[in-house]
Amino acid sequence: MGPFRRIYGAGPLHLLSALASIAVAGYAAVEIRGLGGAGSVALWFVGSIVVHDLVLLPVYSLVQRVAGRLARVDAMRARPGAPPPPAVLLIDHLRVPAMVAGLLFLLFFPSILQRNGGYEDASGLQSDVYLERWLAITAALFVLSGVLYAIRRGRSAAAYASR
Amino acid sequence: MMGPFDRDFWRSPLRGPWLASLLSAALLPLILLTAATGFFSHVAYETELTGNALGGGDGILAPVYRALDWPAGWAYLYAVNQGVHIVAGFAAAPLLLAKLWVVIPKLWERPAVRSVAHALERLSLALLVGGTLFVFVTGVFNIQIYYPWSFSFVPAHYYATFIFLGALAFHIALKLGVMRTAFRENGVLRPLRRDLAGTRAEAVPASESVPTDPRPASISRRGFVAVVGSTSLGLTIMMAGQSIGGPLRNLALLAPRGRDYGSGPNDFQINKTAASAGIDSVQAGPTWTLRVSGREEATLTRDELLTMEQATHELPIACVEGWTTKQTWTGVPLVALARLVGSMDADELTVESLQESGSFRDASLGPAQFTDPRSLLALKVNGADLSMDHGFPARVIVPALPGVHNTKWVATMTFRSA
Repeated sequence: MGPFRRIYGAGPLHLLSALASIAVAGYAAVEIRGLGGAGSVALWFVGSIVVHDLVLLPVYSLVQRVAGRLARVDAMRARPGAPPPPAVLLIDHLRVPAMVAGLLFLLFFPSILQRNGGYEDASGLQSDVYLERWLAITAALFVLSGVLYAIRRGRSAAAYASR
Repeated sequence: MMGPFDRDFWRSPLRGPWLASLLSAALLPLILLTAATGFFSHVAYETELTGNALGGGDGILAPVYRALDWPAGWAYLYAVNQGVHIVAGFAAAPLLLAKLWVVIPKLWERPAVRSVAHALERLSLALLVGGTLFVFVTGVFNIQIYYPWSFSFVPAHYYATFIFLGALAFHIALKLGVMRTAFRENGVLRPLRRDLAGTRAEAVPASESVPTDPRPASISRRGFVAVVGSTSLGLTIMMAGQSIGGPLRNLALLAPRGRDYGSGPNDFQINKTAASAGIDSVQAGPTWTLRVSGREEATLTRDELLTMEQATHELPIACVEGWTTKQTWTGVPLVALARLVGSMDADELTVESLQESGSFRDASLGPAQFTDPRSLLALKVNGADLSMDHGFPARVIVPALPGVHNTKWVATMTFRSA
């Protein structure tokens, strides 16, 4: 290992590309500093990392962890002599539509909760339709997931019976 | 070590370089498409013309924008550009969140810093994640007209893109080898063949995202990929609906412009109502006149405009926010007005609205725009007079132009030569 690599921890090309990438960010920061509300930009830049990494992701990981535990309970419920645990789990068919509905809420909550005050001036329309639309989509996702569950469960039982 | 700093804390067997690579392979083209169309949109605004500069300026790319002229040839160019920008951005959102979920253990890795090189990598990663989330969040909120911050959207969205692209280039250079190895050892798609019972952690102990003490999987990799992929597809359909229009608009249920206005000639998407622009029926009433200046000057009433040569063209209004509406416009070709004031050879045309203040109360067009025979000072739409909300007494409509540059409630038109 050469002295550069020993001190720096990687080759010189690594250092050059790291500095280039950070320099681009530095340039953008200088431009942003010249705008009004640079502090607000910094807040939203850092805030988006903090909210995602320390709030959003832990919350849905916790939901998934609980769901995963329930899934294993479901899978281990097999009694002696009963058919082996189903390959199709009810919990999947609940958590998947819940996650998708959650993502839609995350993307469209300003419309759903009518937080977008400028919308009516911009479009000339009332902004009160999005909550019911989101609820209808959420309901449809759960119904669709339920139908898929019934079909998959039926198929897996049929496959087991014909073995 | 406790909690997330402990590698045993991270238990999903799905996490690992192969899944991260697959998500990245899908995410990268979408992100690059979104970034490229964003820069093309900046070109379309022709920021070097009078009054068109966007807050924050063009930055170091100014010479590029000066050198590039936006064409008027294909009327749907801007509609497609912005449709792709918004659709690809929304399609990328579930992939981005899934990717961050896969690699989150790296945030908590120990030791936090192993070397100077490692510290720079982590700094660049923070710029990548922060820049990407910032650009996504501001874009998603902007199309919903939601501004919970005190900066101006356009320059912040624009310069944050530099931060994320710079960090992305470094990230790709660092991780291309990881991706290549993951695909060589597992195949690009082979892990998708395994069902739940066959889902095991990847055997790459050196990778921080691979769990050291995995629990049994509660969903297979193909189940995970199917859920993320179909969510991405669903968002694609939803956001494409407000861009493509027609019956597909009914599928754009949560999209801001997935709404129906009715069946009358003026019942289509509005970007700014007359009331919100402060336009009243006195200014825009029978006493309204249009002042056209160039080498000569002319003042025209609406009746006089109606006696001039008229043309009818089907043209879209295409918004930067990714929605489009196509209508049939009738009015005086802009070239006829240029001829009237002897300015056929002008370098730009500045159009001002009756609107007294606010952004986009005026916009300038280059020669490619105002000499196109389809470019109109429209007086009618779908055979009826324009409504107040659509720009009565007269509005500009030009092929492939960003929607807001089609000035409504036109008061003056000035042809200039350099």
